[in-house]
Amino acid sequence: MKDVKVLGPGCKRCQTTAEMVQAEADKLGIAITLEKVTDYAAIAGYGIASTPGIVVDGKVVHAGGLPKAADIDAWLA
Amino acid sequence: MSCGCAGPAPELPVASPETPSSRALLARVALGLAAWAAVYAMLQPAADWVVAQLPIDPASHLAEALAFFVYDTPKVLMLLALVVFAMGVVRSFFSPERTRAVLAGKHEGVGNVAAATLGIVTPFCSCSAVPLFIGFVSAGVPLGVTFSFLIAAPMVNEIALGLLFALLGWQVAAAYLGFGLGIAIVAGWVIGRFRLEGWLEPWVREVRAVAVELPPERLTPADRIDAGVEAVRDIVGKVWTWIIAGIALGAFIHGYVPADLLAEIMGRDAWWSVPAAVALGIPMYSNAAGIVPVVEALLGKGAALGTVLAFMMSVIALSAPEMIILRKVLSAKLIAVFAGVVGVGILGVGYLFNLLFA
Repeated sequence: MKDVKVLGPGCKRCQTTAEMVQAEADKLGIAITLEKVTDYAAIAGYGIASTPGIVVDGKVVHAGGLPKAADIDAWLA
Repeated sequence: MSCGCAGPAPELPVASPETPSSRALLARVALGLAAWAAVYAMLQPAADWVVAQLPIDPASHLAEALAFFVYDTPKVLMLLALVVFAMGVVRSFFSPERTRAVLAGKHEGVGNVAAATLGIVTPFCSCSAVPLFIGFVSAGVPLGVTFSFLIAAPMVNEIALGLLFALLGWQVAAAYLGFGLGIAIVAGWVIGRFRLEGWLEPWVREVRAVAVELPPERLTPADRIDAGVEAVRDIVGKVWTWIIAGIALGAFIHGYVPADLLAEIMGRDAWWSVPAAVALGIPMYSNAAGIVPVVEALLGKGAALGTVLAFMMSVIALSAPEMIILRKVLSAKLIAVFAGVVGVGILGVGYLFNLLFA
């Protein structure tokens, strides 16, 4: 079970990112828990300066802009 | 700004199956630029021909307005696409996290210059303004240096520069770039001198960012070209309606508004017009795309360049919605200082422009 967090204040791109992560996980058959972190202080606590950000099992793997599907696969694997 | 905060998300990038060799890539880019230049050279004769086919008197106001519209619309869109493409490629070399790492060790002065310059080339979106602000301040970037970045990033953007270049020539675009940087550097430095860290919202001061290690991005030259193409699709795709509406309004002013009317109220002899333009611009919120074609038409009718640019800077850099977003992290007092310092800077640039481009 992978623990995935999408960091972002709730803008369109953050939602799209969350949907992409879920879609890729479904495609690969990987079970994940997906949580959206929208609190500014919590987002800043992860040390990123641009959103959306992605955290997999406590590790920041992405910040700023939509991720690529191939990259998501690599983070989830 | 152009970041898809509200609009539909751009199409998802599709990974290309094979990477072309760098020589083939170079050839493709060169071919694209050559085609661009060929089409661009054809615009004036093509526009003249189109207007000549219409059953209207060539000396009429209508013909004048139409000629302006038919020629300017493709010209502006093509030049904008070129600038946005170049900026998209340049920006693929930067990220806010890397910029922050550069700025974290800098002192005021040098830091302000670096922050304003990086503000131009770092990809920035106004919906990321708050995370970026907290991210910078909590990582030890001085408050004034952070402000230099936050002022330069929206004001000196590729749309404003591309359109100014397309409509008013490179001298005006270069002057705008120089003065925009100047305002960001000086205003950030002044805010830093005031020592206003205590005016941040209390919870912001509590945040202690951990240094994040992002996996290194490996971008090939093809990826960077794609980033440029993606930027054109995203930005030009989003603003073209505004540009056409702006040019249509400009064409109307061009053909129908008497030439001397605006010289009276927006000319360089009316000293009060610069502060009036700045005050008028603050509550207005528009991107550069809608406002620049109007700017050109105003100038053609005798409005002074400094007055018009002060208006434009005020609309883009000092917007009420951005201040409402920033209110989450800054006290109202600090926002007032920010608006005041930047407003005075724009005022100075307005007068200076009127003096220089007489």
